[in-house]
Amino acid sequence: MTMAPGPVAGPVQLSPPSRGSNRASRWSQAVGRELTTVAITMFGLLLVTFLIARVIPIDPVLAVVGDNARPDVYENARIALGLDQPLWRQFAIYVGKVFTGDLGTSILTAQPVLSDIKRVFPATLELATLGTIIGVALGIPLGVMAAVNQGRWPDQIARFVGLFGYSIPIFWLGLMGLLLFYAKLGWVSGPGRISVGYQDFVNPVTGVILLDAAMQGEWDAFWNALSHLILPSSVLGLFSLAYISRMTRSFMITELQQQYVIAARVKGMSELRVVWRHALRNALVPLITVIALSYANLLEGSVLTETIFAWPGLGRYITNALLNADMNAVLGGTLVVGAIFIGVNLFSDILGRLFDPRTR
Amino acid sequence: MRHYAKLLVGSTMVALMATTAYAQTPRDTIVMAKQIDDIISLDPAEAFEFSGVEVGANVYDKLMGVDLANKNALVGDLAASWSVAADNMTYTFKLKPGVKFHSGNPLTAADVVYSFQRAVTLNKSPGFILTQFGFTKDNIAETVRATDDQTVVIKVSKPFAPTFFLNCLTSGVASIVDSKLVTANAKDGDFGNAWLKLNSAGSGAYVVRSYRPNEQYALEANASWHKGAPKMRRVIVRHVAEPASQRLLLEKGDIDVARNLSKDQLAAVRTRPDVAIVQGDKGYILYLGLNTKNPNFAKPEVREAMKWLVDYSSIERNIVEGTYKHHESFLPEGFLGAITDKPYKFDPAKAKELLAKAGLPNGFSVTMDVRSVAPITDIAQAIQASWAQAGVKLELIPGDGKQTLTKYRARTHDIYIGQWGPDYLDPHTNAETFAINENNGEDAKSKTLAWRNAWDIPEMTVRTQAAVLESDAAKRSSTYGELQRDHQKISPFVIMFQQVEVSAQRKNVSGWVIGPTSDTNLYAPIVKN
Repeated sequence: MTMAPGPVAGPVQLSPPSRGSNRASRWSQAVGRELTTVAITMFGLLLVTFLIARVIPIDPVLAVVGDNARPDVYENARIALGLDQPLWRQFAIYVGKVFTGDLGTSILTAQPVLSDIKRVFPATLELATLGTIIGVALGIPLGVMAAVNQGRWPDQIARFVGLFGYSIPIFWLGLMGLLLFYAKLGWVSGPGRISVGYQDFVNPVTGVILLDAAMQGEWDAFWNALSHLILPSSVLGLFSLAYISRMTRSFMITELQQQYVIAARVKGMSELRVVWRHALRNALVPLITVIALSYANLLEGSVLTETIFAWPGLGRYITNALLNADMNAVLGGTLVVGAIFIGVNLFSDILGRLFDPRTR
Repeated sequence: MRHYAKLLVGSTMVALMATTAYAQTPRDTIVMAKQIDDIISLDPAEAFEFSGVEVGANVYDKLMGVDLANKNALVGDLAASWSVAADNMTYTFKLKPGVKFHSGNPLTAADVVYSFQRAVTLNKSPGFILTQFGFTKDNIAETVRATDDQTVVIKVSKPFAPTFFLNCLTSGVASIVDSKLVTANAKDGDFGNAWLKLNSAGSGAYVVRSYRPNEQYALEANASWHKGAPKMRRVIVRHVAEPASQRLLLEKGDIDVARNLSKDQLAAVRTRPDVAIVQGDKGYILYLGLNTKNPNFAKPEVREAMKWLVDYSSIERNIVEGTYKHHESFLPEGFLGAITDKPYKFDPAKAKELLAKAGLPNGFSVTMDVRSVAPITDIAQAIQASWAQAGVKLELIPGDGKQTLTKYRARTHDIYIGQWGPDYLDPHTNAETFAINENNGEDAKSKTLAWRNAWDIPEMTVRTQAAVLESDAAKRSSTYGELQRDHQKISPFVIMFQQVEVSAQRKNVSGWVIGPTSDTNLYAPIVKN
């Protein structure tokens, strides 16, 4: 730490502060730094989105009044949207409102953007969470198997699954899944979150149907919702499985070449224990970041999956808003997605520290 | 532990199988899959998109209606009788007695007056349908009056054709709302607009039970509807954006009606024994707008040549079969005065001759703004190919809907390919936009399609404006016929197709009729066996 010569004259106290308060101040500094970064990132995100929104050659007034509107109706709507103000003032007004928790009103739904997001986000959350669970539950074992059997057939299978999941267009996979498991075999339910016959049984409290149904003891509705959820989340799950298994494989290969692994083997430890307890434990630290990012990606909403499965989620909400120049919804959505990314990243940092003995 | 896991997996599978066995929709409920993300409001004074207007048509009643079975002839809806004074400016409506709103409030003349006052004062997108008759928020108290509980007297500003005024009263903006309920939900003098965006206050066949934007709306039957309770207790319309998903849902019986199947999907479901197809002529016109600011399109011969250069029948057969039909005049079939003349067909030799006459024997280069959606893109490409045969090099500029429209409205395009939908069920709606251009300058107040294509037509403007004052319905009809024939010869519009709305339904569904506008897509007659 360098000491800048302060304007205040007089001897500088050099007695070292106690260890505890030192750690606390370092902690608060770290938090402060983190918060500043978050604030700057969010502000930058807003500014860029706002500018792009204003630069594209699309007239947002048309979204409100439609193509056939008379000039006076058009002009009233333009003023109501605040588009007659200079650009900088529009931005200043918007940012000011965001600070008071007001994300504006969506043109398309005529609802406050925040309540729209509260409505659509649980649908995406449900999908992304189950998708990630599937991805992790299958991806990690697959990756470990591939690493242990490097170059042999399990590795080839894992490589195939990885390539398949990563390169097959998700809308094609979704449609084929529907065709096979829904239309032909009838194992799962079709597009939509819940069948019409069940929808009135669940009172939306959290918005996550599975949770709501379970809490209200509506098990029929729960199973119905799950049978709707299973296919789209598997499609998303395959995608994250592909990514997670490839990354697990490469982290595991690195770990398995470390000296502690050789030492453990020499000590006569069982192979299972070496791989699953020791090597995987260490590979888990970078893996958490990978999983977190893939989860955040899914939380942003997958437009194609949501479209095919008639899933009223965040991805479709933002895309629809964008196509209709509904800028309050786009900006609000971007802000939320940004916050999710930052939040999930922070969480994975904390988890990483917990798992990594060196950072304890 | 292991047994427990097996048991869990097993029971999950059984439960999943069990729920999918109940795939059929409830017996007293019609479930539709439809793209409803165009709705921005359910308020009848504001709704102006297909889906929003369709909801209104099923929730609200109006003074006047149309008889779909009898060439869309005018009939009374809430009006038991009506009369027009000799000067064609004063209308007297007698209301049907005993009609009640969903809330139980009686529907009286005061509600009619309030509804007109509300729509005119709010003056949202569809407001002009009423204000074109001279109503303003300042004079509405004198022009629309209740003389007693059952009688409404309306005074319009000019001796308009009675058919014109009465046709406009069949549109959604003229819906009658429950004044007591709306007033109770009004905030800051908004006439309950914020509340009505999501709720309903009508007397129609159905009540809005719930509406979640971009997700679904659920309607519940009004058992005491003045035309008799609808057969189906509920109608649930779910937003399913992807037509392929709509098709699968229909084939599995998870929905009763699929509203947005594409041409290929329709062809596929047509052969199924458990699916039936319903279709109806819609008012939508698919056309090319040739901007006469482009010096080539300023020449009448070039404009005519373009009309000989579209392979109408091949596009109809290969691209839009079943969803559009060949149509060359600005009034869609089903409207008063519509004609079915088709003077043009694909004839490149004739087009070349005309181009040579215009001093362009080797053709010319031109651009077309194309919205990147089916079938617009495919039609544009077909046109590109056929124009090349006469040496016209067409460059397609793809864009999204709002983008191409923004350019079109600023008239900076060469050619725009797009659709025009009538705003209400009267010929004036299309005649006005295709054949009136009061001021071709940039400062024009009224920017019609004729204006957007910089087509200066003082003489035709006068003729078209005169047609709305023709009180004899038969004469009015023939006036529009002549107008359209002249329009076909000289206009910068290559009118190509009229939309046919098609929907596919399960065989056990009947009674669903697709009307000429969204205002006439009625759910009440639908029955399920």
